[in-house]
Amino acid sequence: MTNVTSAAQKARMLPLQILIDGFAISALYALGATGFTLIFGVSGVLNLSHGAIMVAAAVAAWAASSTFGVGNYVGAVIGIATALVAALLTYFAVVQPIQRSRRIANEEKEIFVLTGTLLWGIMIQEVIAYLFTNNAKTVLPIVEGVVEILGVRTPRNEIFTALVCCLVIGLLWLLVNRTKMGKAVLAASMNPRGVTLLGLELTNIYVVVWAIYGVLAGIAGVLLGMFLGVSSYSVGPLTASAFSIVVLGGLGSVSGSLIAAFVVGYLETFTAYMISPAYRTIPALLLLVIVMYLRPQGLLGRR
Amino acid sequence: MGFFKTRLFWISLVMVVVASTLPLYVSGYILGLLTVAYYFGVFAMSWDLLFGFAGEVNFGPTFLIGVGAYTAGIINNQYGVSPYVCIFIGAMAAVIAGFVLALPALRVRGPYFGLTTLVAVLMLQNFIVVFADLTGGEIGLTIPDVITISASANYWIALGFMTVSAAILYGLSQSPIGLVLQASGQDPVQAGALGFNIVKHKLFAFVVSAFFSGLAGALLVFYFGTASVGTVVDVAVGVNVIVAAVLGGRRTVLGAALGAIFLIVAGEFLRPTGELATFIVSAIALLVVLFFPGGFLGAAMSREART
Repeated sequence: MTNVTSAAQKARMLPLQILIDGFAISALYALGATGFTLIFGVSGVLNLSHGAIMVAAAVAAWAASSTFGVGNYVGAVIGIATALVAALLTYFAVVQPIQRSRRIANEEKEIFVLTGTLLWGIMIQEVIAYLFTNNAKTVLPIVEGVVEILGVRTPRNEIFTALVCCLVIGLLWLLVNRTKMGKAVLAASMNPRGVTLLGLELTNIYVVVWAIYGVLAGIAGVLLGMFLGVSSYSVGPLTASAFSIVVLGGLGSVSGSLIAAFVVGYLETFTAYMISPAYRTIPALLLLVIVMYLRPQGLLGRR
Repeated sequence: MGFFKTRLFWISLVMVVVASTLPLYVSGYILGLLTVAYYFGVFAMSWDLLFGFAGEVNFGPTFLIGVGAYTAGIINNQYGVSPYVCIFIGAMAAVIAGFVLALPALRVRGPYFGLTTLVAVLMLQNFIVVFADLTGGEIGLTIPDVITISASANYWIALGFMTVSAAILYGLSQSPIGLVLQASGQDPVQAGALGFNIVKHKLFAFVVSAFFSGLAGALLVFYFGTASVGTVVDVAVGVNVIVAAVLGGRRTVLGAALGAIFLIVAGEFLRPTGELATFIVSAIALLVVLFFPGGFLGAAMSREART
């Protein structure tokens, strides 16, 4: 290193560094949690295989680009396609059979969906570990190099991640609020019976939502793989973080989970920089407990 | 008591008697496996009391187990108190932990309750890693004392403990308290309208569940001689407890123990398949959830009811 930055200069850079790193992490969390909350809002399903689907996307992208050498862009597309297939499989193989089962009482379906998707997630995780080992994998980033933002050295990949996340969330907003299909999805989340009375097939809407979810989880997974790397051990923590962000924001409220994602992302980054990376998740967990106690419906949730 | 005339009682009795003679003719290795399986059975049964009857999805059974296990272990490790006292204190600590967890958790329902309990486990896990001087951190806590080193004696302790726990938990589930719990799990508003204090009943279920989980956790670490996050706290352990209870059949209590024994024994039989063992067990569990939602015992009992 030729330019040795002084301690004072470093201290001045720190707030900016937290601001930039925190933004990228938060945007990634937000993207991961939107799909999760969308499914809950529309069909009342909490998909506990979420983390496994994200990791599957990242590992598929990694395998395609580094082992089979198809290039970074094609690799990313393969990753997203994998997540799409996994999400649709989750719906058709696990969620739909439980929802249609006559042997399970209606009030117990929620619990069975939780258990079923949890088991399904473990199965995906084990297949990944079997085929590609438990080692951590980093997907080759699409953009490389570093830039200086006001004196903070930032990988281009980090900026790319944040941009793509914001773009995709924006597109999702347009899709839901400005297209006919999106409006049908929105209507289904408000009143499923009303939608069927209007002659729309509820199953089709659910399939569309699961497909959107798959693409979102896929993009989030591939970006995560480029930014931080994944292994089959990240499955549990990823599901748990999506779950807590979504509950913190209020189940089913997309804007609530966006806010919650930024709160959690910044809190974690701040703790990691200012206290110790070992304590990274503790303040966010404490916050979650406090919110659950004072406002059980979450920040923007309705009772 | 009509129960003593039912077929279930006689089948259970025969199974316990057969199980208690096992040390006479099977190897120490199998005994060790079953010892762990029996403690696991108690975990699953205590979980079923909360989930099957009170209708609360507790994602954090390992919070209660871990508090019991680590409290007993730390006291033994730090002060060298006799194991029996340690186990008792561990169980009491789990009861207090259950109480503390239940108070905020019972304000919320369904997924929110699930998350609160999950967060409790993650907090405990962080606590153990951060206070590594006291808890042994990620390496684990060494426990100097043991109850006994004889494989047969350990096996009998585990079997006896499971049988007594099963009798108490099953009796409780069939008692008026169990019926109120079941009613409040299915329709809290109506149960409350009938004049039952739901919160009090659920709190009671939580405390009983915590007591048995903590006791089993404490006994288990004294059997292992070590307490570590991977064996008594990790979310994956909790998932196994849940899978065991669902496999065996929810709302049956005894089925949960069967499920736990099946899970551990099946995991051992599948060991030659290597990394695929967990995959196969999860796939079987998923098939049971999809096609026999009543679980092993639920399927067997509904067949008996039909004929």
